[in-house]
Amino acid sequence: MTLRDDLEKIRQEREKNIKDVGDLKKLDALRVELLGKKGPITQALRGMRNLSADERPKFGQFANSVRDELQSAIETRRDELKKALLNKQLQNETIDVTLPGKPVAQGQPHVIQQIIDQIEDLFIGMGYQVLSGPEVEEDKYNFEMMNLPKDHPARDMQDTFYITKEILMRTQTSPMQARTLEKHDFSKGPLKMISPGVVYRRDTDDPTHSHQFHQVEGIVIDKHITMADLKGTLELIAHELFGDRFDIRLRPSYFPFTEPSVEADITCFNCGGKGCAVCKYTGWIEVLGAGMVHPNVLEMAGVDSEVYGGFAFGVGPDRFAMLKYGVDDIRNFYLNDVRFLTQFSKKG
Amino acid sequence: MKIAYSWLQEYLDIQVSPKDLGEKIERSSVEVDSVTQPSDGLKKIVVGKIMSMEPHPDSDHLQVCQVDVGDDDLSQIVCGAPNVAAGRKVIVALPGSRIGGNVKIKRSKMRGVVSNGMICALDEIGFSKDVVPKEWADGIYFLPEDAKIGEPVFPYLGMDDYLIDVDVTPNRGDMLSVYGVARDLGAIYAQTPKLNHPKVEEVATAAADKVTIEADEKLAPIYKMRIVENVKIQPSPLWLQIKLWNAGVRPINNVVDVTNYILLKYGQPLHAFDYDKVSGSTIKARYAQKGEKLTTLDEAEHDLDEKDIVIADDQKPIALAGVMGGLNSEIDDQTTTVAIESAVFTPTLIRKTAQRQNLHTDASQRFERGVNRGGVEEAADAAAQMMHELAGGDVLKGIVTGSSYDVKPVVVNITLSRINHILGTDLSLDQVKAIFKQLGFGVTLDGEKYTVTVPSTRWDIHIPADLVEEVARIYGYDKIPSTLPSGPTTVGALTEKQKLMRDSRHVLESLGLNQAISYALTTDTKAKQFMMRESAETHLSWPMTADHTTLRMNMISGLLDDVAYNNARRVKDVALYEQGRVFYKDSEDEVRPSEHEHIAGAVSGQLVVDPLKNAKHNAIDFYQLKGIVEKYLNNLAIKGDIEFVATDQYPEMHPGRTADIFIHGHYVGFIGQVHPSVAEAYKINQTYVFELDLDALIEMPKDMNQFEPISKYPSITRDVALLVDKSVTNAQVLAQIHKRGGAYLKSVHLFDIFDGKNLPGGKQSLAYTLTYQNPNATLTDDEVNQAFEKVQKTLVSELGAEIR
Repeated sequence: MTLRDDLEKIRQEREKNIKDVGDLKKLDALRVELLGKKGPITQALRGMRNLSADERPKFGQFANSVRDELQSAIETRRDELKKALLNKQLQNETIDVTLPGKPVAQGQPHVIQQIIDQIEDLFIGMGYQVLSGPEVEEDKYNFEMMNLPKDHPARDMQDTFYITKEILMRTQTSPMQARTLEKHDFSKGPLKMISPGVVYRRDTDDPTHSHQFHQVEGIVIDKHITMADLKGTLELIAHELFGDRFDIRLRPSYFPFTEPSVEADITCFNCGGKGCAVCKYTGWIEVLGAGMVHPNVLEMAGVDSEVYGGFAFGVGPDRFAMLKYGVDDIRNFYLNDVRFLTQFSKKG
Repeated sequence: MKIAYSWLQEYLDIQVSPKDLGEKIERSSVEVDSVTQPSDGLKKIVVGKIMSMEPHPDSDHLQVCQVDVGDDDLSQIVCGAPNVAAGRKVIVALPGSRIGGNVKIKRSKMRGVVSNGMICALDEIGFSKDVVPKEWADGIYFLPEDAKIGEPVFPYLGMDDYLIDVDVTPNRGDMLSVYGVARDLGAIYAQTPKLNHPKVEEVATAAADKVTIEADEKLAPIYKMRIVENVKIQPSPLWLQIKLWNAGVRPINNVVDVTNYILLKYGQPLHAFDYDKVSGSTIKARYAQKGEKLTTLDEAEHDLDEKDIVIADDQKPIALAGVMGGLNSEIDDQTTTVAIESAVFTPTLIRKTAQRQNLHTDASQRFERGVNRGGVEEAADAAAQMMHELAGGDVLKGIVTGSSYDVKPVVVNITLSRINHILGTDLSLDQVKAIFKQLGFGVTLDGEKYTVTVPSTRWDIHIPADLVEEVARIYGYDKIPSTLPSGPTTVGALTEKQKLMRDSRHVLESLGLNQAISYALTTDTKAKQFMMRESAETHLSWPMTADHTTLRMNMISGLLDDVAYNNARRVKDVALYEQGRVFYKDSEDEVRPSEHEHIAGAVSGQLVVDPLKNAKHNAIDFYQLKGIVEKYLNNLAIKGDIEFVATDQYPEMHPGRTADIFIHGHYVGFIGQVHPSVAEAYKINQTYVFELDLDALIEMPKDMNQFEPISKYPSITRDVALLVDKSVTNAQVLAQIHKRGGAYLKSVHLFDIFDGKNLPGGKQSLAYTLTYQNPNATLTDDEVNQAFEKVQKTLVSELGAEIR
């Protein structure tokens, strides 16, 4: 037996041994046994000095290759064992992914607030200011400056909560038209504003009436504002809030503070315009009132109606929310049932 | 007002279906509530003739009738109507028919006798009881003799007509008449409606010999009268009755019906007095006098107000002018001489009387909105002539006038460019001129300037803007283009205040609270709970319900109403906030309250609902809500320290679990648990609340976001546990630590509280972690130890703490 034969034998036997080792500790012991200082390869390399100068490099090369082979066999085995160990651990760590996620606290904006914010953002993008006005208003702004003198029959259309003869809960956000018209400096550019807020009517609360609800007033006054601009603006509101497939139609109506006055209907969201019980088989649903600001309103606020003019509109976020989400009772908005409030959490 | 399609067809050549006509009216003039047929929902109701009848063997009021309904055999029908009579043509609901109220009629037995259907009264086939003539109110209806047996009854009763229910806006009083609607449709369809004008056949006797009139022009700008003698009162012909009942008016007799017919046709309310019941020969339109009473035709007695207008004879009021006639001068079967009043009363006075007496009639509705001042005489003429024709009356010569008004046409000027400028259209001179002509307006053109003469039939038109509306609606809103305002650019942005209000909402939502919107009007009691300052109350002068009488002066009470609503429906976990206004008055004398933005929250049950946790232990407590408020206030980044100071000053709050909140020494609100007895009154579970003066928070100076370099040097911590009296607060300890903390003390955290058994009585253990860091160098243990030593000494000397 030559040294070479010994090594060859070791290589063959041990390579097989390595593959059979079952845990990392034993593998490590085997590594020390084979490749350690007292191991056969080290021994064989030491025995090299007895070889001739010719044989030495060849044998050295061979011994190194045996060592490398064994080394890599050990490493391969180590990786295998580690992997098996990890797999076992992972298996033990397996959880029921269908258990519920841990609850976190999250609140929702009120659905009416969502509509108001949406309207605000739309109009801010078009260069409108957002203004808010008093909820306890003077008769002067709520009615008189809106072209509704004391005995005007249209005052019957809106029953009013009075506090005194001259002070009342505003029945509409329209007084903000008068208030801003009075203040606006037209030398600094056109007036473009919306004014969202709470309004009050002397009504008995029922599914379609609430003594408290919301309005968003809008007004644009400049030298060249047309009814066509109003129509385009109203279409934009409808598209923003309901979607592009909704059409708008204007119908003559009457508000003392606009002339011409129109009511805007939107394609019935329920039937898409074919006609159904919701739209009373007309295909249309009334959503807002608007018109060209009445010259009297401009003049009373000190604006020259020969030079300036424009449009105004009033939308009802409560009504919008009812239509958009199919809410069948307006009182839901003010009773704040948590099961109601948390329904409108979908974004986008 | 319900307008019959067939009635309009008398004046116009209408080529469209009733539904399309309704749509056209809605798009061009006024809202249309519905287009219906009175026969909607009815079927198999036919003309029958009672050939014979005999008493029911087992009943003292039922009759067994043999009725010819057009079949080979007679039908046996049992009928209990008191006026059932052989030989009459009647309304028969056949077996399988559907009558009013969606009732199905089947073949049946009545007390053992077979009945093949039902003989109907008018109200049984859908007539409102309010329009059924009195003579038919208590029995079956007799159809005209020429009605064809077996045919549907609908055409004989006008029930196959279409009724267009128009909802007239206050400005379009002219649309409250058939003539008015016909004129407007004429404009829309470019037709001239064929409106007829009456010719009166008069006798020689002058009306002026029978009556004189004294009318105050301020009350009745126009007051005219015609006298018709020798009338014979009887039911009106069926065509007239049909017109009335289809319009919702009950036929009474040929004289009263004529006045109602004229009202529907011309929009001019008339009133007919029984001349012989009038005392003296002078009729006055005057204010009521103090203490006067009048019983109106509806048999209601009214105490008259001195501002009510009455028509009076020389002794007493005989009508509530413009509203309703008096019972004392009513037309009855014996009436022979009729005085027909055709007048115009001052709208505001009529409106107030109608409101005061709570009597809203077809007449008052029209006078309130105005009537055609040019049509007063024509209406009187038409009525007189009809009474001649239908009641055989002799119309006395002439109209007696108490007051009259020179009706001048309104002239309005407008240019084409103005119209196009306002509408955003490109209409031509001819297009606009044609529209004015279609409307029946006189029009002349000077260059591009129109001079438009508006007839008295359109009393709502006074100014150029009114003409613009006429052009727009007749041209069609659909055809107006759709653009956006052009002109100088304007900047749209939320103000700082608006941004902070939005941010406030977003922060509280991110912390788990849902936005609520509650009622600002509440009860007296609730309005003044949880007050952050003194304030007088603001009451409605005429509230609708006891629940909403007073403006809130706090937000919390509304939120507690919401919690109660939820708790009552077994929703236990409620986390709400609300941003809104409270209304303060410095004194009772102040009329108008000032409005302040507040933000408040209420949490009951679990904030984070975790079914795997014990609901009771996980329920909201003071510190959880305090955490929310602190986080919110930190997000607002108001300059200055936030302090929570215990208070027992709120009667509605738990005296041991409530804190006032101060920022930089300014009071901004409070937080705590709702007093158990208040919670009980609201019927709510344990609830924690806070309320903050949002206006104050918005106005306080804020810190800006600013980058602070993150130290490269390590921090060192030291823990200290103290045994102190229970009365020593966390705030006191922190104050002492910070006072003597030294330059490198970066933060202090409480990490343990213990007041358990092993401690001496009245003591508690508090443990804090102090973190030291030098931003510019590595701290040495010595430096930290020295600083920590100082702190410990201070705690011992200032708070009597025992370091553990």
